[in-house]
Amino acid sequence: MAPDSIAGAGTADRLSLPPRAISRGRVALGDRIYRACVLASVWLVLVLAAGLVTALAWESWGAIRAFGLRFLVTSHWDPVAGEFGALPFIYGTLLSSLLALLIAVPLSLGAAIFLAELAPAWIRPPVAFLIEMLAAVPSVVYGLWGIFVLVPFLRDWVQPALGRTLGFLPLFQGPPYGIGMLAAGLILAIMVVPYITSVSREVLLAVPGSQREAALGLGATRWETTRIAVLRYGRSGLIGAILLGLGRALGETMAVTMVIGNRPEIAASLFAPGYTMASVLANEFTEATSDLYVAALVEIGLLLLLITILVNGLARLLVWSVSGPARGGRG
Amino acid sequence: MKKKWPLLAVLLLAVATLGRLAPADAQMLMNGAGATFPYPIYSKWFEEYIKIDPEVRFNYQSIGSGGGIRQITERTVDFGASDGPMTDDQLKKAPAELFHIPTVMGAVVATYNLPGNPQLSFTGEVLADIFLGKITKWNDDRIKALNTSASLPEQPIVVVHRSDGSGTTYIWVDYLCKISPEWDKQVGRGTSVKWPVGLGGKGNEGVAGQVKNAPGSLGYVELAYAITNKLPAARIKNPAGKFVEPTIESTTAAAAGAAKSMPADFRVSLTNAPGPDAYPIASFTWLLVYKDQPNESKGKALVRFLWWAIHDGQKHPAALLYAPLPGSVVKEIEAKIKLITFSGKPLLAAQ
Amino acid sequence: MTPTARRLANTAVSGLTFAAALLVVCPLLLIFGFLVYQGLSAINVDFFLHLPKPVGEPGGGVANAIVGSGIMIGLAVAVGLPMGILGGVYLAESRDRRLPWVLRFVADVMNGVPSIVFGIFAYTVVVIPMRRFSALAGGLALGLILIPIVLRTTEEMVRLVPSALREAGLGLGLPEWKVSLRIVIPAARAGIITGVMVAVARISGETAPLLFTALGNRFWHQGLDQPIAALPLQIYAYAIAPYEDWHRQAWAGALVLITLVFLASLAARLATRGRIVAR
Repeated sequence: MAPDSIAGAGTADRLSLPPRAISRGRVALGDRIYRACVLASVWLVLVLAAGLVTALAWESWGAIRAFGLRFLVTSHWDPVAGEFGALPFIYGTLLSSLLALLIAVPLSLGAAIFLAELAPAWIRPPVAFLIEMLAAVPSVVYGLWGIFVLVPFLRDWVQPALGRTLGFLPLFQGPPYGIGMLAAGLILAIMVVPYITSVSREVLLAVPGSQREAALGLGATRWETTRIAVLRYGRSGLIGAILLGLGRALGETMAVTMVIGNRPEIAASLFAPGYTMASVLANEFTEATSDLYVAALVEIGLLLLLITILVNGLARLLVWSVSGPARGGRG
Repeated sequence: MKKKWPLLAVLLLAVATLGRLAPADAQMLMNGAGATFPYPIYSKWFEEYIKIDPEVRFNYQSIGSGGGIRQITERTVDFGASDGPMTDDQLKKAPAELFHIPTVMGAVVATYNLPGNPQLSFTGEVLADIFLGKITKWNDDRIKALNTSASLPEQPIVVVHRSDGSGTTYIWVDYLCKISPEWDKQVGRGTSVKWPVGLGGKGNEGVAGQVKNAPGSLGYVELAYAITNKLPAARIKNPAGKFVEPTIESTTAAAAGAAKSMPADFRVSLTNAPGPDAYPIASFTWLLVYKDQPNESKGKALVRFLWWAIHDGQKHPAALLYAPLPGSVVKEIEAKIKLITFSGKPLLAAQ
Repeated sequence: MTPTARRLANTAVSGLTFAAALLVVCPLLLIFGFLVYQGLSAINVDFFLHLPKPVGEPGGGVANAIVGSGIMIGLAVAVGLPMGILGGVYLAESRDRRLPWVLRFVADVMNGVPSIVFGIFAYTVVVIPMRRFSALAGGLALGLILIPIVLRTTEEMVRLVPSALREAGLGLGLPEWKVSLRIVIPAARAGIITGVMVAVARISGETAPLLFTALGNRFWHQGLDQPIAALPLQIYAYAIAPYEDWHRQAWAGALVLITLVFLASLAARLATRGRIVAR
């Protein structure tokens, strides 16, 4: 019988033992090597991450010592005078990422559902492929497309229209430059969509057919099947996809810096220019020469890391509180 | 899984072989990095220079003037390049003495977007006040006084500056500091400053793009960008009282005017230079090299190239919209290049 | 809800998701159109075979940049793929309480770090000690960006493999490592490949981390420990210059980049095609 050859060493006695009780010989060695390799990988990743944080903290120490907590709450960014405050960048990063996700998540999930569940079979592979390819477009190309195509469109059509209809909200007030927080949010959304869509689509496709069949067997419509059986089952995967997109949004530099206006100020309106942490890093790092300036910029990198940690932590807390510790895929 | 290992092995083998393989003959590679502004002319020079000396390859990459200064200080490159001169502090931090060798010149122009595309004239004081936010409308009296024949609209001026640190910015604010004590006190000079008003565009092309597409904008860009983007360039009043148009000739004139008072290390600001035809917002761009070269063959190649660049090389800048060095300055640079040594021996004399 | 209401909801949602998919594809078509319109004229055989030339001179190309990018992506994948996949499998299979949680969190955070920070890290750790810019440093920086993407997507894909498969393998007497490597990972193969290709697509377009690590090279590379060209670097240098000729080459370069990634993705899928489980 087959088990003889699979188990490796063949005596008929082996069939009567539970597999885990085989604790000697080649099999145990294989397991140990495997586990060692896996753990080595894991620790290597953690060591690299720790190295990253250490390097950042080290480089930014001068600024931390000079400004302390003031760095987080002041808005004054003056390289000539050596005065640095990071609040406008923090605000800009959070707002632009939030805007990007608000736009991207419904679109991405919708597209993923369409591609995984509802689309005719011949459409799926090419469209899915095309969306993945969006991820390969270099950031600088997004930025230049943004300047030449998106920004004029916003300035001449979208922003005046929004101003006329929703102008009573402080969100949509101010002169239509084209360039500004709205443009940044839109470009980020476009950049983030391929990640969320591709990964979500894979998650949905990996849900076993039995789940769908069960729901359909109970008389659910396509949408209900998707909602009840598929989405719920793949929930943790979808959250993972969204977090991937969020990560991209928080860290994106080139494209954002070309369309956001790069003004370190906090404004209520989406039409106003803003500035993000990643942008100021990209803009000023190559030219910064004084030690304090470089340290302040690296501290912004460190802050970005901390904010990413915070946002991720909050997101996980949210998910855990909504769905409990149980996760799909193991049932 | 069966298929994966052979694939991975082939991949690694390919990487290893490609890593070894040098499709070209192994010439000596000299690496340099720094300012973005001169990248086009340097790439032209290095391409031309292969014909002069086929044994050397010069590889230059633009990572920013500050990057150039940092890398040459760290000695990760053979030469650096910067649009702004190094400060005393920066020179002190370098492990050995660094020379500034001027190579070409550039000009920063005030460009704008107005209906009818009029040719405007400005004084430095008016520009400073616009960038300080004190003059906010195009039909302000002071602008009208300088441009009596132009029809200026009742529109707010949308100021556009650079968001990224840049030598272009340095030249612009250096000029404004000299003209306006208020600007000097409130903002100061640097490759990145705290702008009182305006939007930030990334790179020269970001500013050019914004100005080109948004009516009512006023920004500053390198001359080459204004020309190739067909943007208007304002005439600026120079210290001699003349309103000078930014051209290649008026840029070179700025250095000629300052030649008499050129400091020995060439770390000079050419803004607001004397001379009747000098354009007031002009500057050198420099190559940064160590006085004492660490490697003899590289050092020889470097000084030979520098010599060529300030003589025959000066044929090429104009076609790419850079201004060549004036003859008077070239003489002074020659003397400097002769001072570059290896182990104390001047490299150029060995020619 | 009444049956009619449910049917209406179904139709409405179908329409909405279709619209979403359309909206998602729109920018892609716009950007592609933009690149093609601007850059197609610059694409010719020279473009693929020759080194860059100064402005205005015909016959310049990005051959060294294509090879350079390929080399660094290869390095990044060689470094990052094993760590990413093994880490992802670990996260999906481990029954430990704390270590997986830490690793997952670290990976999510690393996904949010701007790529330029990885470049700065690789600069500090590789370029400064070696006293030179190199393809190795560039490969390291790109690998660091790749790892967390592959890690998280692998985890999610492996997690979705039904336990029945794993239990069947164990029930047959297979050791744990064989179950993981021969059954579970192949079952999640398609999803893992998607994750890898998304990561490769991402790193092939990265410019900022390469500025301080690979530096760039106008000529053919002369070894992995020397500066090396890369497509995004060349695109960036051309795009920010004032000359129309170079702008066209920038757009052409971007087109070539996207097409090459597309082809690589296709090749990866074809090479790993197998029986798809659990669909």
